[in-house]
Amino acid sequence: MKIADKTTKAVDLVRDALEKAKKFEEYHCFISMNEARALERAREIDAKIEKGEKVGRLAGVPFALKDNYLSRDGFTTAAARMLEEFASPITATAVQRLEAEGAIMIGRANLDAYAHGGSTENSYFGPTHNSADMERVAGGSSGGSAVAVALGIVPFALGSDTGGSIRQPASFNGVYGVKPTYGAVSRYGVVAMASSTDTMGCFATSADDADLVMKIMAGKDEKDSTTLDDFWTKDLAEAAPSKKKIGLISDFMGDGVDEEVKKAVKDYAKKLEKAGFAVEEVKLPIAKYALAIYYIVQPAEVASNLSRYDGIRYGHRAKDFDDLTGLYSNTRDEGFMTENKRRIMIGNFVLSSGFYDAYYLKAQKARTLLINGYNDLLEKYDALLCPVAPNPAFKLGENTSDPLKMYLEDVMTVPANLTGMPAISVPAGKTKGGLPVGAQLIGQRRSDQMLLNIAKTVEDVA
Amino acid sequence: MSEYKATIGIECHVQLNTKTKLFSAVDNDAVDKEPNSCVSPIDYALPGMLPVLNKAAIEKCVRAGLAMNCAINLTSRFDRKHYYYPDLPKGYQITQMYQPIVGAGVIHLPDGSEVKIHHAHLEEDAAKSTHFGDYSLVDLNRAGTPLLEIVTDLPGMSSAAQARLYCEELHRLMMYANATNGDLYQGNMRFDVNVSVSKTDELGTRTETKNLNSFRSVERAIEYEIKRQISVLEKGGTIKQQTLGWNDATGKTSPQRGKEEAQDYRYMPDPDLPPVVLTQEYVDKIAASMGAMPQDYRSKFGVLNLDDSAREAIINHPILAERLSEVCDKDVKLAPRVANWFASVLLAEENADKDFKLATSAELAELSEMVEKKELSSTAGKEVFLALYSAKNTSKTPHALAKEMNLLQENDEGALEAIIDEVLTAPECAKAAEDVRNGEMKAIGFLVGQVMKKSKGKANPATVNELIKKKLS
Repeated sequence: MKIADKTTKAVDLVRDALEKAKKFEEYHCFISMNEARALERAREIDAKIEKGEKVGRLAGVPFALKDNYLSRDGFTTAAARMLEEFASPITATAVQRLEAEGAIMIGRANLDAYAHGGSTENSYFGPTHNSADMERVAGGSSGGSAVAVALGIVPFALGSDTGGSIRQPASFNGVYGVKPTYGAVSRYGVVAMASSTDTMGCFATSADDADLVMKIMAGKDEKDSTTLDDFWTKDLAEAAPSKKKIGLISDFMGDGVDEEVKKAVKDYAKKLEKAGFAVEEVKLPIAKYALAIYYIVQPAEVASNLSRYDGIRYGHRAKDFDDLTGLYSNTRDEGFMTENKRRIMIGNFVLSSGFYDAYYLKAQKARTLLINGYNDLLEKYDALLCPVAPNPAFKLGENTSDPLKMYLEDVMTVPANLTGMPAISVPAGKTKGGLPVGAQLIGQRRSDQMLLNIAKTVEDVA
Repeated sequence: MSEYKATIGIECHVQLNTKTKLFSAVDNDAVDKEPNSCVSPIDYALPGMLPVLNKAAIEKCVRAGLAMNCAINLTSRFDRKHYYYPDLPKGYQITQMYQPIVGAGVIHLPDGSEVKIHHAHLEEDAAKSTHFGDYSLVDLNRAGTPLLEIVTDLPGMSSAAQARLYCEELHRLMMYANATNGDLYQGNMRFDVNVSVSKTDELGTRTETKNLNSFRSVERAIEYEIKRQISVLEKGGTIKQQTLGWNDATGKTSPQRGKEEAQDYRYMPDPDLPPVVLTQEYVDKIAASMGAMPQDYRSKFGVLNLDDSAREAIINHPILAERLSEVCDKDVKLAPRVANWFASVLLAEENADKDFKLATSAELAELSEMVEKKELSSTAGKEVFLALYSAKNTSKTPHALAKEMNLLQENDEGALEAIIDEVLTAPECAKAAEDVRNGEMKAIGFLVGQVMKKSKGKANPATVNELIKKKLS
C-alpha cells in the first residue's frame, strides 16, 4: 500500500483511484463518489508534507467506504430507498480514526440494502458485478468494497460482517477479508443490522495492510458500550501462534460443497503444512445448527433495529397516507426492499408473544452450545480452517427467487458471528473457470492478529 | 350480604433528576426549554446511534431502592419493548423486563400500614406529543429521561385514602433519596392505578387508570372506580379489563381510545447494552451515605407531641426534618418551639420562596433557647426566626440579629426602674397608680402596658409587673 510522502503525492494517489473507479464504472462498485472532498483532503495532506509536518500512518491512502457507515461527506444510503438522501450529521468512529491517520474516502461502496443479502443484488441502486466475471455476483453484502479492492481501485475498503458479509465477497473476489472479534471496532455510526453479531472490518490485498487498517480502527470507544479495551496493539510479527496446529472442520467439507472450493481449501491446508503447521481434520457436529440459530437471532434484531425507520423524523416518507398507520405502512413498504421486509416479518414472528420462548430464547441457548463447541476445539488448535462459502461466485439472478438457497450461502460464515470470534477470508486459489476461491480461518476471541500472522506466514511460503 | 373489598395496585413512574439523560449526554432538565432543544442524535434515533448508560441513573436507582427497603439486584439487564408511535423515536423503549435493578421491598405508611413493593425497573421516558386538529407535534426533550417504574405487589391497598397515603409517602421517599425533583405538576411522578373489587378472596377483574399526576386525582379516580365497579356488579354486569383515562374536570374515568387491543411488545434483550453489574461494596457505600428516612423521623419526633399534620408537613421537607432532628439531639425541650416555627411560620404560603437550608440547627437551637430564657418575647422570636432565612443574614447569630433588630428584652432592673419611675409620675398614669396603691390590681395592666410601650417592647412584662407592685406597695 502506497503512503504519501515527499515523492508520492496524496493528490496523485487519490486521482489515480478516482480514474480507476471511472474506468471500472460498469462494475458498479460505488453508489456515490466523494471526488471534491477527497481531492481537497489530499491537497491538505500534501501541504503538510511539504511543510514537514507530521502526517498519519495512512497519509493520502484512498479507500472505499461501505455505504452503511455514516459520514458527513455526502449521503449515507445503506443502499436503501429509505435513506436515499440521508445526510448524516456525524461520522462513524471507525471512519474518524482512519481519517485522523490521513486515509481518504473516495466513494461510497455498494451493498445489499441494509446489508441484507449475500450478493449485493438487493441494492436499491442495482447490483455490483464480480471482479473476475461480469455475469456473476460480487458476493455480499459488502460487494462494492470487495470488488473495488479486487480491481485495484483502492488498496483497502471498509465492510461490515454480520453473517459473512465481508468474508464471502472477499472469497468471491480473491482478496483478504477481515471479520474481527465482536467489539473490536466501534459500531458507532454504522447503520445497525443485527447488533449482537455486527462487526466492522476491512478488505485488503495483504495481511500487513489489513493489520494496519484494523489496528487503527480497533479499540475502546465510549460511544459503543460493547467495544473492547487494549485490542490490536501488537506488531503482526509478535502475534505468532503457539500450538502450530490447525483444525480442518470436516463437517464443512462434505456434500453440498463445490469440489473446486474443497480443492482450494485443501491446497491452502497444504501451504499451511509447508509453513510448519500440523493440519488435522476435526468434527464439529453442532456447527450444522448455526444457520438455524442465525436466521432466528439475526432477523429478530433486524426487525427491532429497523423500527426507527418510520418516516417521522428523517428518511423516506410516503406521500399518500390517510392516518398514522397508513403513514407507517406506506413509508416502510416503499422504503424497504423485499429482503428487508422478509427479515422484519421473520423477526417479529420469532419475538411475538407465545413464540419467543420457542424460537428466540431457544436459539440463544443453542448459541451458547455453539460457543462451547468452538471453544473446545480452539483449546487444541490455533485456528480452524474451512471454506468461506459452499461455492464460488454464482450468476447474477441465479438465487434471487430462492431466498433459502441464498441463506445457505452463510452456513460456514455465521458461526464466527454467533460466537463473536474473529475470522478471516484469505485468497486460496481459483476455479478452472478463473473464479477466485477463499479459505476461512477462525480463531478464539481476541486472536485476530494471530490469524493474520498465520495468513502472512502462508503468503511468505507461497 | 358481605361487603365488597377493593384491591388497588399502583405503578409509579419517577423521573430521575440526573444531569443528563439515561442514554445520551444531553441536558435532562427540559423545564422552560424550547421544544426539541435537548435532543442528541441518540434521542433522535439516527441510524447507527448506540445508547451509552448514564451511571448516575444507576446510583439514583440504588438510592431509591434502598429508601423503599428494597433488595438491590447486583446484576440487571436492559430489554427492548417495541411499539410504533411518533413519541418513540427508535420504535422501541429501552426498559428492564426480565432483570430489574430493584427487587422486592416494603414501604411503611404514616398510618402504620405497609405496602409491598414487587420491584422497580429503570427505563427511558418517551417524547411528548401534542395534538392539533389534523396534525400532531412531537417534542423530544423528554425522550430518554430516566424513569424508575415502581410496581406494588399483592395484597395491594384497600382504599383510596390508603392509596393516597402510599403515593405521598413514595413521593417523600424519592425526595429523601434525592432521586427526583418531585414536581408533580411537571410530571416528575406519574401514577397508573389498578383497581378491582370483589366480595370473596378471589380478585375481581381489574381496570387500569393511567397517567394520574396528583395525589388528589389518584384518590378521586380510585374512589370513582370502586363505586363504578360495584354499581356495575350490583346491576348484574361484568367488569371489562381495560385501560382508562381520568378526567379531572368531570371526575370520571373513561376507556382510552385505541387501547382495547392487547399490545404485543415483542420484548427482547437489548444487544447494545452490557448487563449492569454492581458490587455489594458499591451498594453498601451508597447505603452508608443515605440519611434518615421519614419513618425514622416519625419515631424520633414522637416525644415532641406534634399534631400529625404538622409532623408530616415538616417531614415532607427532608432538610427541615434533618434540622429538627439535630435540635432534638442538642436539647429536646428546645425542639417543639422549632417545630412550631417550621409548621406555622416557614411552611406558610407566603414563605414558600425561602431557602430552607439557610438556618442551621445550632442557630435554631440558640434562638429557641433565647425565647425559653425570656430574652426574647415569643413574637420577637418568630421575627428573628424569619430573619434567619434571609440570605443577607447567613453570617449573623440569632443574638446578633435580635440585637440589631432591637428586640432583646430588657431584664436590667436599673434601666427598667428608670422607665417605671417615669411612668408612675406621669400625669396620665396618676389615677391608675393611685388605684393600684389602693389594692385595685386590675389597673396594673395599664401601667405595665405603658412601660412596655416606652421600652419599645423589650421589657420583660413579668419583671415589670413585679417591679411596679414593689414600688406601689
